[in-house]
Amino acid sequence: MSHILEVKGLTKRFGGLTAVNDVSFGVNEREILSVIGPNGAGKSTLFKLISSFLKPSAGEVTFRGERISNLAPHIAARKGVVRTFQETTIFRNMSVRDNVIVAHQLRARASLLGFFAGSAEARRDEVRFAESADEILSFLGLDAIRSELARNLPHGHLRALGIAIGLATTPTLLLLDEPFAGMNHDETMKAVAMVRKLRERGLTVLLVEHDMSAVMKISDRIVVLNFGEKIAEGTPAEIQNNQRVIEAYLGVEDEAIGL
Amino acid sequence: MTKKLIGLVVFLLAVFIAVPMLIAATGRTDLYYVFTSVALLSIASAGVWLTFFIGRINIGQGAYALMGGYVSAILIMYYGWSFWWTLPVAGIFCAAASILIGFPILRLRGVYFAMVTLILTEVMRLLALALPITNGAKGITSIPPPGPISLFGMTLVPDFATLQNPRIAFYYLSVMLMIACFAVLYRLVHSRIGHICMSLQQNEELASSIGVNIAALRVMAYAISSFFGGLSGAVFIGATQSIYPSSFTVTDSVNFMLNCFLGGLGYVFGPMLGTLVLYLGWNLLFSTGEFQLLIYSTAMIVLMLVLPNGLLSLGSFKRRG
Repeated sequence: MSHILEVKGLTKRFGGLTAVNDVSFGVNEREILSVIGPNGAGKSTLFKLISSFLKPSAGEVTFRGERISNLAPHIAARKGVVRTFQETTIFRNMSVRDNVIVAHQLRARASLLGFFAGSAEARRDEVRFAESADEILSFLGLDAIRSELARNLPHGHLRALGIAIGLATTPTLLLLDEPFAGMNHDETMKAVAMVRKLRERGLTVLLVEHDMSAVMKISDRIVVLNFGEKIAEGTPAEIQNNQRVIEAYLGVEDEAIGL
Repeated sequence: MTKKLIGLVVFLLAVFIAVPMLIAATGRTDLYYVFTSVALLSIASAGVWLTFFIGRINIGQGAYALMGGYVSAILIMYYGWSFWWTLPVAGIFCAAASILIGFPILRLRGVYFAMVTLILTEVMRLLALALPITNGAKGITSIPPPGPISLFGMTLVPDFATLQNPRIAFYYLSVMLMIACFAVLYRLVHSRIGHICMSLQQNEELASSIGVNIAALRVMAYAISSFFGGLSGAVFIGATQSIYPSSFTVTDSVNFMLNCFLGGLGYVFGPMLGTLVLYLGWNLLFSTGEFQLLIYSTAMIVLMLVLPNGLLSLGSFKRRG
């Protein structure tokens, strides 16, 4: 099977530190693939490399056979690779609905001049964006809070709004940055269900996370990083029984409790 | 909608009928110069406001006002252009220059961008002193007043030199340009472009992740801003008939920014109100002599503490309460 996203020999060095070292894997269409690893394993760097927010020192990322590393983030987004952010990266001073409407930028058919002059095309765009925003908000169960100012939202809703913003760009591959971080059990369960719904919508999902139990529940496959290197790849069951993974995680816990 | 329309009509009546009538009644025709200045300075401030709108503190508008003024003066004096043609050319020249300057410096944020723009004004002043074509510290003087505009043999605008009181003509010209510029700004902000600019202001990374070409948008906003600056400078030299390296200095650049702060960064018409209040306020305090600057600065500090969102936020308070 050919992969929709291919990561080949990806390496990122920051001065003398190699944050990501020769990592390769592929993502299948409509798959949920998670990248996990202990703190400082290079997950976030890998995530930024795939979403084109960082340029690799070596190696490349291809999406549908086309090289996307070294592109500007907005070009990668145009090709269908869209990321969400950790924590509260949203447009704070806009309403929830406006957040999602503005995120429809990529779907605009009218030019900026058209929007300025209020051309027919631009007005049609506005109507389409509003309809689509409402659809996304009800899909994610956010209709009740659509007129709230985004900065007033509680944690769980913020995460969902981040995903709503991502969905508005009609991505093929959605990259989720720690979607379960800082959530309690109930919230995590809801978020897990939401990620599953994304796949039902036809999306491919790649997520970076360190909440192990959630990852085990939703992932089709898992890639494990440690010290910037890929140490394992496989189904959740395979990963759970992988000796190197257990060592990597136990090793960290040993340090954490001071053994 | 109707409320906005009434507001617009009241504004137009005030500007085109009430102000001239008041001045005629008091006989103080020198006030025309004051209101002309306010209108022109508010155009430059509107440009600064637009850079604020994309999240950049711009303390360099004086540079473009000076540049626009010199472009207009040079074209009129050395190349024999009509004043009217130099207006768009000065604006476009400044916009083009700002694209070249903007590409590298718009990557900077916050105080770093502000510092670079602050230096721009000083660089322009020194350039004007050094270049042969700008005639150094002596500046360019005795610039002839604007000639007539005719279309198909019909005179639309008479030669300013033949007018009994060219000050009134400059007042109408400036006010009309101000209305045009603010109409453009209003439309820009209230269209989807405004929403995208706001997304940029609030989070550039997120904006680029949803497919906004942030570099291009920043440069576009900065170019429009500088167009306003250049246009305002060009009309200014028409009204004063002279330009010197010190016609627009760092102080002016800071004032353009203060006008936006005082009027309100969240309101399109903030810079207009801010310019009016600051300009009139400063002139009214003239009679206090050596205390002028002290009183002025104290009042500014107090206003910023009490009304951090600008004078126009008073209106929205009332509506809420």
